[in-house]
Amino acid sequence: MAVDVGIQGAMQDPAAVSGWLDHPPRMGFFTDTSVCIGCKACEVACKEWNQVPEDGLNLTGMSFDNTSGLGADTWRHVAFIERPEAGSDHGFRWLMSSDVCKHCTEAACLDVCPTGAIFRTEFGTVVVQEDVCNGCGYCVPACPYGVLDKREDDGRIFKCTLCYDRLGAGQEPACAKACPTDSIQFGPLDELRDRAQGKLDQLVEAGVTGARLYGQDPSDGVGGAGAFFLLLDEPEVYGLPPDPVVTTRHLGEMWRAVAVAAVGLAMAVGGAFIGGQR
Amino acid sequence: MNSSRVTQNGLVDTRPGREAPPGSGRPTGSASAERSRGGRRRRPIEQPRSYYGLPVLNSPVWESREIAGYFFLGGMAGASSVVAAVAQRSGRDSVVKPAKLAAAGGAMLSLVALVTDLGRPTRALNMLRVFKPTSPMSVGTWLLSGYAPAAIVAAATETTGLYPAVGMAASAAAAALGPAVASYTAALICDTAVPAWHDGRHEMPFVFVSSAASAAAGVGLLAASDADEAPLRRLAIGAAAAELATDRLMERRMDPVVAKAYHEGKAGTLLRAARVLTALGAVGAAAGRNNRQLRIASGAALLAASACTRFGVFHAGMASAEDPAATVEPQRARVSAGSAVGN
Repeated sequence: MAVDVGIQGAMQDPAAVSGWLDHPPRMGFFTDTSVCIGCKACEVACKEWNQVPEDGLNLTGMSFDNTSGLGADTWRHVAFIERPEAGSDHGFRWLMSSDVCKHCTEAACLDVCPTGAIFRTEFGTVVVQEDVCNGCGYCVPACPYGVLDKREDDGRIFKCTLCYDRLGAGQEPACAKACPTDSIQFGPLDELRDRAQGKLDQLVEAGVTGARLYGQDPSDGVGGAGAFFLLLDEPEVYGLPPDPVVTTRHLGEMWRAVAVAAVGLAMAVGGAFIGGQR
Repeated sequence: MNSSRVTQNGLVDTRPGREAPPGSGRPTGSASAERSRGGRRRRPIEQPRSYYGLPVLNSPVWESREIAGYFFLGGMAGASSVVAAVAQRSGRDSVVKPAKLAAAGGAMLSLVALVTDLGRPTRALNMLRVFKPTSPMSVGTWLLSGYAPAAIVAAATETTGLYPAVGMAASAAAAALGPAVASYTAALICDTAVPAWHDGRHEMPFVFVSSAASAAAGVGLLAASDADEAPLRRLAIGAAAAELATDRLMERRMDPVVAKAYHEGKAGTLLRAARVLTALGAVGAAAGRNNRQLRIASGAALLAASACTRFGVFHAGMASAEDPAATVEPQRARVSAGSAVGN
């Protein structure tokens, strides 16, 4: 399938494209779900550090999941999946995965933000500036992963900042710091990609079926995610889209169609008045 | 639990930490192995296509009254400005003032609706911090910033008779920007991850301008005198035909899993109503040559049809965002066919 490269185009150094001339290496997350134990320390650490408000302690009926999905007040979400599996210890297989904003190379939320509130940091991450966002909500449906959402009592949009404040001080993000099994690994993206490939090879060698990397490929529909994953099943099982494409890749063809339609409208009105008899 | 020992040669028998493959911490032999051999019946495992049936996307946070309402009003206003300018040029005087008033009223209500829908209405002017062609909302904001004052000045000068030269310039500006105002909203909703909107991106601008033209024709039909009605009936019939055709084409070209959003629920009801009203409006326009009453009914039907189309498309998007299958299945099909963009 031909890839329609949009206005932003394919790029490997998003910080430089965004105007950071002298910038640190691109930083990101590698979330290795094969060692996630579902402790939710990441969820708690994130809330504590970023002062994210409480958003209900719900019994969802979805295994041990209390937070359901990412949103304005959940920036790390641990998914719990119980899959029936013959031959396993308890008759089912338990998958856990800590989801987070993907900090896309081609970020739809950033592209569509009309105020410039969403920007690319020197670390190549994507952050919403709280003092600029006016809550127009365009980024919410633009995100192909369902990450951003509006905080209802506040009106603005919130999401993971990859702990921009901590990065600036040379610290790792709170969730990675708190993760007791190193399921969440933080570091320069190149290094993480190599490490993830090594881990995948090891799992394949150990005969683990279904292991795959998700979001690590710079040629994918979002130009590669800054936060990528090692999954043990299909992405949709974890609530992730299997082949997301940033919507702005198609924006050129949308503007062309709009231009044709607008000219068509003017001509149709003109034609109705000029053509024919009184 | 830790079995590692500290020796003179460093740590021995350390656990593998994050390098551990799944299952390596499992007690070996006896219990677990026997249990799995114990003849548990192998059930067919169905592949879930989502996480507990939850949507993949977060739904738009827009209110239908404000945003779908704006799509209707903005379209009606933009197309009316063109109608007003062309009618003025061709001497269809009875249409000019009503069309300008409709455009100005629509533009003002649009601004109110858009500001109201912001999470922080007091920060509305933050929209003017930047101009971003990658954001249809940014482009639209700048378009409206030019269009709305022009439409309002055009109506004010037309009504008061003051500053006719300024009025002419404002009318021309409003007519020039009107088609863009009426059509950019299609790019605005299509430039999202919402399947029912994004997948309609090639046809949506045509659906939207058809709907805008039929609303403007509706305004014109409500106002036109017997001497001036002919062009508006032609416009009404053309717009209605275009609306019915483009709408059908858009749904037909879509993946059926995605197109479902246009047929079911609130969106389905609204779009069926829109089709009926559009057809009635077109028939009324065709038969209304010497019948003012019929033309008024036809104009009202077309305005209602246009609103139903915009609200229907809006609700189809909302339903589509809520449906994990609409997001996952077309993507899964691409992966299965080996034509995924990623990998």
